[in-house]
Amino acid sequence: MTTLRRVAGKLGALLLTLFLASLLVFFSRFLVPGDPVSFLLRGRKPSPEAIAEVTAQYGLDLPPWQQYLDWLVGILQGDFGRSLQFRQDVSVVIGERLPVTIGLVLMAGTMIAIVGLIAGAVAALNRGRVLDRAVLVGLTVLGAIPSFVGSIVLIAVFAVQLGWFPSFGSGDGGFFDTVYHLVLPSIALAIVFVVLIGKVTRSSMVDQLGREHVEVATSRGLTRGTVVRRHVFRNAIGPILTVSGLLVAGLLVASSIVEAAFGLAGIGSLLVQSVDRLDFPVVQAIVLLIVTAFVVVNAIIDILEPWIDPRSAAGAGAR
Amino acid sequence: MTTPTMAVKVLRAPRVRRGNISFNLSLAVLAVMTLAAIFAPLIAPYDPDAVDFAAIYAGPSPAHWLGTDALGRDTLSRMIFGARTALLGPLLVVVSSTVIGILLGLLAGWRGGWIDAVLGRIFDVIFAFPALLLAIMAVALFGKGLVAPVVAMSIAYAPFVARLTRTLVASERSRPYVSAYRVQGFSGGWIALRRVLPNVTPIVGAQSTLNFGYVLAELAALSFLGLGVQAPTADWGAMINEGQAGVMGGYFLPAIVPAIAVVAVVVAVNVIGEELSDRIGGGIPA
Repeated sequence: MTTLRRVAGKLGALLLTLFLASLLVFFSRFLVPGDPVSFLLRGRKPSPEAIAEVTAQYGLDLPPWQQYLDWLVGILQGDFGRSLQFRQDVSVVIGERLPVTIGLVLMAGTMIAIVGLIAGAVAALNRGRVLDRAVLVGLTVLGAIPSFVGSIVLIAVFAVQLGWFPSFGSGDGGFFDTVYHLVLPSIALAIVFVVLIGKVTRSSMVDQLGREHVEVATSRGLTRGTVVRRHVFRNAIGPILTVSGLLVAGLLVASSIVEAAFGLAGIGSLLVQSVDRLDFPVVQAIVLLIVTAFVVVNAIIDILEPWIDPRSAAGAGAR
Repeated sequence: MTTPTMAVKVLRAPRVRRGNISFNLSLAVLAVMTLAAIFAPLIAPYDPDAVDFAAIYAGPSPAHWLGTDALGRDTLSRMIFGARTALLGPLLVVVSSTVIGILLGLLAGWRGGWIDAVLGRIFDVIFAFPALLLAIMAVALFGKGLVAPVVAMSIAYAPFVARLTRTLVASERSRPYVSAYRVQGFSGGWIALRRVLPNVTPIVGAQSTLNFGYVLAELAALSFLGLGVQAPTADWGAMINEGQAGVMGGYFLPAIVPAIAVVAVVVAVNVIGEELSDRIGGGIPA
């Protein structure tokens, strides 16, 4: 019963945050001084058809709250309006580009998880030793390499100098060709985030290694491997998951930089292109999508936490 | 007012740890970059925008220490001038987000109640917008350049500062010295601004400096995307953007040099920020 109430409370908070975020995304347009029609048609010829189109799309002749409601109802039905640059539905334009971004984020996420967990575990199990120090310094340096710097360096070394990987586009659409084309971009995207998973894994495991239950497990004669797997890592996973959830936003936003650098047609490069070409309906839709993805993933992690780590359901005091 | 005052003394004490090479090196890197930015016109060997078609993609030489770019512009001079926008933007964001954050955090932590609840809800919504995304949206609304992103990122970073301040202020509020001032008849606002604020500022300030590196990288990323500082102006992010074509053709220096500068400053700021946080006793009291 308490579980149900807890989940309902979290879902309520999620919906409230999404509602307030949608207000911010929609009404941001009202911060721009001047006539909304001329704002939406910046850089375009304000032909009567164009004016009629944006007026109809946003209901500009209606009161603001009515405009917002119509917009929100449309989005809930999958209608994000019309793109001004492509003369197509925004949902179609985004749908075409979503797979590349999802592939990129999934590959980068896998790399971050593998490298971060291994680096953190190695550092924790060797804490205080040279190897620990070396891993921490390495992670800090990686954490200072922004995606655009990583992209340029990887292109210079592995695409131009060595010629091992392509530096442009996402390939012919086949699975292996796509993965091949996404190797360098996903490394560039992953680099800066490895430090977060690595450091939280290390500190979370170091915290567990000092606990009595680990000593008890060791004294019972369990092998080192079993103790680390069953008693240290299993208990260390909560904070790691929380940080992973926070990474989602960073990955989705930074993918715009990587997609631009590698000429990938994903929603990140679409966002940049739409800002550049003054296509505000597309900008609004992508911003709302990224924020929604971020908030929803974190809410799911938050809700699932008691099942992954039963102690958090029993209260913070239980150790 | 024991603990925080002691923290300030520790910070000011000349406790230069022997062998702390990385900290001193980081200070040196930042000092050099800052001096380069301030005295750019005096130091730079060339006009950063001077085009020289006789020296396109020239390699390093006594005339051009770091070579030239696709238009024959001197990379070192553009680097030096580029330090101006690269450092000024994050400085503005860190200062304004710290001021806004401390004031809102003080208000929330000191007054509590519904003000705290409303501010907390607003912070939650801003947390849902990554700083770079808010900056991109600001450019979509108000146009390219540095102004809209700097304002947007100040708003994006303020809640982080506010939340830390709020926690610190809430724990200060129950300390004996606050009750002592109350008994003496000082007003709540006076105690908050003149006695509590100075106690929490050093800790919050040290944490805020850690944001400088992230903001610098994010503003440079915006310029790299062509949404921030615009092309002919020398800026590290814009230089990397312009240099990418050269990289494809095998001319690495015009893009790699500003890239190294970005990484060097981010590492230096992080090392200094972590050291300051350690010295002050870093962050939230238990």
